[in-house]
Amino acid sequence: MNLIQMKFHSRTLRTAFHALRRNKMRSALTTLGIVIGIAAVIAMMEIGNGSSKAIQRTIASMGADILLVLPGAVASGGVSFGGGSAMNLTPEDMEAIIRECPAVRAVAPIVRARGQVVYGNVNWVPANISGTTPSFLDVRDWDVGEGEPFTDHDVRTAGKVCLLGQTIARELFQGDSPVGKDIRVLNVTVKVVGVLAPKGANMVGMDQDDILIAPWTTIKRRVSRASTNQNVASAQSSTNQVNTLSALYPGQVSLYPAQSPTQAANTPLPVRFTNVDQILVAAQSSTQIPAAINQITQLMRERHRIHDGQTDDFNIRNMTEMTKALASTTILMTRLLLCVALISLVVGGVGIMNIMLVSVTERTREIGLRMAVGARGRDILRQFLVEAVVLCMLGGTFGILIGRGSSMLVRTVLHWPTELSVGAIVAAVAVSVTVGVVFGYYPAWKASRLDPIEALRYE
Amino acid sequence: MELIKLQDIYKTYHLGEVDVPVLKGVSLSVAQGEMVALMGASGSGKTTLMNILGCLDHPTSGRYWLDGQEISGLSTDQRAFVRSSKIGFVFQSFNLLSRTSALENVIMPLSYTQQGISDREAREKGSDLLRLVGLGDRLDHEPSQLSGGQQQRVAIARALVNHPPLLFADEPTGNLDSRTSEEILQIFQKLNVEEGLTIILVTHDSGVAHHARRSIHIHDGMIQTGAFAANDSSQKSKEVLP
Repeated sequence: MNLIQMKFHSRTLRTAFHALRRNKMRSALTTLGIVIGIAAVIAMMEIGNGSSKAIQRTIASMGADILLVLPGAVASGGVSFGGGSAMNLTPEDMEAIIRECPAVRAVAPIVRARGQVVYGNVNWVPANISGTTPSFLDVRDWDVGEGEPFTDHDVRTAGKVCLLGQTIARELFQGDSPVGKDIRVLNVTVKVVGVLAPKGANMVGMDQDDILIAPWTTIKRRVSRASTNQNVASAQSSTNQVNTLSALYPGQVSLYPAQSPTQAANTPLPVRFTNVDQILVAAQSSTQIPAAINQITQLMRERHRIHDGQTDDFNIRNMTEMTKALASTTILMTRLLLCVALISLVVGGVGIMNIMLVSVTERTREIGLRMAVGARGRDILRQFLVEAVVLCMLGGTFGILIGRGSSMLVRTVLHWPTELSVGAIVAAVAVSVTVGVVFGYYPAWKASRLDPIEALRYE
Repeated sequence: MELIKLQDIYKTYHLGEVDVPVLKGVSLSVAQGEMVALMGASGSGKTTLMNILGCLDHPTSGRYWLDGQEISGLSTDQRAFVRSSKIGFVFQSFNLLSRTSALENVIMPLSYTQQGISDREAREKGSDLLRLVGLGDRLDHEPSQLSGGQQQRVAIARALVNHPPLLFADEPTGNLDSRTSEEILQIFQKLNVEEGLTIILVTHDSGVAHHARRSIHIHDGMIQTGAFAANDSSQKSKEVLP
């Protein structure tokens, strides 16, 4: 019985193919609507997927999965110094975060400095001089283009080494390789061990390549040593000046008069611990960001002994808002394009219905004949339905090929990122079959309801 | 043995408010192996009678036995089955599928009846039948490449593919010239004599009817002559004919 059914189905299928072959041109033109619709869906999905992947990658490289732990604000006499003015983040905090927060992939401290960089007779003021650890590169997803990164050993020994961003390398060396050269950073000589890969501007247009990174101990202890001696962080630039002077004239010339013991007793200097300006945290993934924020908040409150009801003495910033906005834009665009493609599919389906109706009218005599030789209404219904579905399936197949082809073309010619979307192909096949059944049903039903007598006499 | 038996068949068409009686109590019988001509002017009810005999339509009242089976009460699908298994049709305008080879045309009805048959068997069967009607060398020709007579022969082969006991020919020579008509009618006669096929020729041409052994004349919805075969049917039908 199964064999008979199989033969029967294969024969129905062959009859359908035969009927379509009898009118090649019309069949081809009929399917064109479906071909275009499916091709549009496939190309749309592939290009859309590719773009959204690319955007996600870009966001990730801009730091979508990065959290920034900043110290809180200090206020003195009712005057707040603004966010980040407290100096209560320590390297130990950083180590605790990576040790105890499972949602965190990597951490890196940031110690900032600002000042002039000199090589030979060229000078430049980088937008960003950061002291950090080698894991900074991991956190920021940043490669070293030339040379080597500095090591943890350099961090422990405050080694006089640094990595340059592309902009500084270009400004200072003008095409020469900086690797192995000595430069002066705020008059401290450091050796360039590597050049970072280009990163471009960030979201607000700041040049991210205008950066110099060195071991944070080096920046802290050698380059901006004075900032640890001075109590007021907001006066950092002036302390740098002082530091520069003291480096220029190492004869212990103090700009300020020494404190008398009475003055020292009146204003006791707190015992200073080594602080870092920021802690960069990379979450395991962008979805883990909320978990990471929770874990870090809890840990930091414990470590800083903040009681319930007290406000945090630190801030955690993330880029979730930006990520969300961009992702939803991409989704919206893809959906919009999909809607357009679906509309064209519906139009294609209506085209198929029209042509099938014409075909039913045109083949009335054939239908009458088939009925006269024993075809039942449902045989005719099935035949026309199968024809419509075969037409749509063929259209779908060509559509998939053309869609894939055009997305490949877009990739090779326009260099847009595209991505093979299996879901789109499955959906396209399903949609083309559905279109075939839905829009083929009415003409097929009409054909099956013909009266054989009238059909045979139809002129 | 009677292949066809009609008893008091009435057929009335309802055109809006008006009832149009077309067949007014037709009774007739056709024995197995007979070759009968069904004659009548247009409007006489000939076509309606043929539709009922061919199981394409059902009578308003009356009873119809075909091959011992009561037909008048069957559903549409059941009638389709009877058509496929018991009746072969040959039409005036051939009704071949265009752009389809002669062989494909012949085996087309098999897709609705003998679903288990293999392709090879079907093709063998089709080519045998085409050889029988003298078209063994034109299996792959399409209707447009065949003459009218050849097309009608393909149609005859198609009508025979299910081995029906009854062959219906509706004005089979209406579109053919006289010489070709003669050939086609000879094929019918040959099938009648050699294969024992019961053939009903529907025609208004007495020359065509002449080839049958009996003529049934219908006029104004009623049978005039030839409703039942006499013992010496061939003799009698010839006397009736002018």
